[in-house]
Amino acid sequence: MMRRPLIFLGTPLFLLIIGLSWSGWLDSYTQLILLFIGVNIILSSSLNLINGNMGEFSCGHAGFMAVGAYVTSLLSVWFFTDSSPFGPNLFSPQWAVFLFPFLLVIGGLAAALAGLMVAIPSFRTRGDYLAIITLATSYIIKSAIENIQIIGGARGFMGMKRVINGMEEFVNVPWMMIWTCISVALTLMMIQRFITSTYGKGIMAIREDEISAEIMGVNTQKIKMVAFMFSSGLAGIAGGLFAHILGYINPGSFTILKSTEVMVMVYLGGMGSLSGSVLSAVFLTVILELLRPLQVLKWVIVPLLLFLLMLFRPEGLLGHRELTDVFPGLRRLVGRREKDSD
Amino acid sequence: MFDVQGLTHFFGGLKAVADFNLRLKGGELVGLIGPNGAGKSTIFNLICGLYNPLEGRIEIEGKNLRGLRPHQITARGVARTFQNIRLWPNLTVLDNLRIARHYKLGYGLLDTLLKTPRLSRAEGDIKETALEMQRILGLEKYSQEQVRNLPYGVQRKVEIARALMTRPKLLLLDEPAAGMNLQEKDELIDLIRWIRKEFQLTIWIIEHEMRLVMTLCEFIQVLDFGEVIAQGKPEEIQNNPQVIEAYLGKEDM
Repeated sequence: MMRRPLIFLGTPLFLLIIGLSWSGWLDSYTQLILLFIGVNIILSSSLNLINGNMGEFSCGHAGFMAVGAYVTSLLSVWFFTDSSPFGPNLFSPQWAVFLFPFLLVIGGLAAALAGLMVAIPSFRTRGDYLAIITLATSYIIKSAIENIQIIGGARGFMGMKRVINGMEEFVNVPWMMIWTCISVALTLMMIQRFITSTYGKGIMAIREDEISAEIMGVNTQKIKMVAFMFSSGLAGIAGGLFAHILGYINPGSFTILKSTEVMVMVYLGGMGSLSGSVLSAVFLTVILELLRPLQVLKWVIVPLLLFLLMLFRPEGLLGHRELTDVFPGLRRLVGRREKDSD
Repeated sequence: MFDVQGLTHFFGGLKAVADFNLRLKGGELVGLIGPNGAGKSTIFNLICGLYNPLEGRIEIEGKNLRGLRPHQITARGVARTFQNIRLWPNLTVLDNLRIARHYKLGYGLLDTLLKTPRLSRAEGDIKETALEMQRILGLEKYSQEQVRNLPYGVQRKVEIARALMTRPKLLLLDEPAAGMNLQEKDELIDLIRWIRKEFQLTIWIIEHEMRLVMTLCEFIQVLDFGEVIAQGKPEEIQNNPQVIEAYLGKEDM
């Protein structure tokens, strides 16, 4: 059991955050930022799978997030609240406590299916051309949502707050904080397992040399499909969380700007570095909040940061390395072996 | 065991390979030589599924290979190396070897995400095999090195090790001696002979360098403009006027 101290470090941290939120030690603003950090960690670490580990350039991550956000929200509002498009609730609001995780997963699955829109073209094309396809996909998703009037179209969709209120009336704990912490933990665990297994390393072989990967026995089409669906599915789960944290979503939240934000996190943290993605998600979310008083200037400072990064450290803070490679002392603490953990 | 009949391929209007035939019983060490652009590598690319041949039959142990995707052909027992080394440069030697077991992992995505006992068992086996391969080829000390940092000769060796990791029945070596010095070439000759015995392989070599093919191979085919112009034992090839002409050009009298 002591071979997995990450769990022993992570669990108390999450419990502490949940406990502090519950007891009211953390004000709701701080809680909101923590929740966004969680969502961003899921987004950046899942995008890192494609952009960092597989070496493709996906710039439509927000589109998949939108699919997950809308599917989860529609289902939860339909199931648990008395709302205008869907009529009276199907289940009593208390059930949300048990069913919400399943709705998140369904949102993730829907986003994974949307990921096929990128995965299938990726069999025939790659690099810049695939990047354009990812961009197009995210626009297709966005304009599809804008044009479906029953889910609010461009005006957006709301009612998720009532679902959360329903849960909190039943048992008064900070539910969103709990779901977010669990989702982050599971996401990181799954990604770590994926990229350290021989199966998952197939996507790194694709990054390094796709033709020799195929010739050496890697079913590149299948593993690309798996990677794209896995990554977009996780983005969908992040979307579902995001929607229920805010209580309101509209297509405008899932534009290229959001995709870019996630991409900046991946590149800032370092391509192909899981710990880098986590760190930069935390760092960037906090920075963006701290710079909020500067208003427009914020959008000068953040791009400037990226500008300097690309000039002086184009591989990101931890390019292709993990924290344990940079600070070998951590390895004792975390108990991970070499890069090829097994 | 391995049978190629009437293999023909065109690039646009250019005939790259014309009616190529080769039948192997198993266990041979054969060579394919010819001047630059004769179509040697094209034949390998056709065999391993990179191109789909226009005509012809390719079979291994009675099973068809033509029209399959490259990873399926690997799974049926054909592995290769490349003329210009195509390892995965930023991965370690160990990872390069491990990934070559990809076609036969014995577990899937769910096993990976849930870390089932099946995964641990399969990963253990794969690592065992890879370590064993490193040991017998003397690559242990490079195990955790990124491939791109290794000397050229070692990279060649890693590439052969990676091909062997797929447990091939037929090993295709595309100019294995390219860029090697004399001493490295001698080592390579020993290595190829040893591999063939150790792994009970059939080996098919494309080579530019005459000496290597002549010392190693039992049977040689000479390719020029996509056609086999001569075939036979090394000594027969050496004195064949057509071969000399293809290599040295005709003397205008």
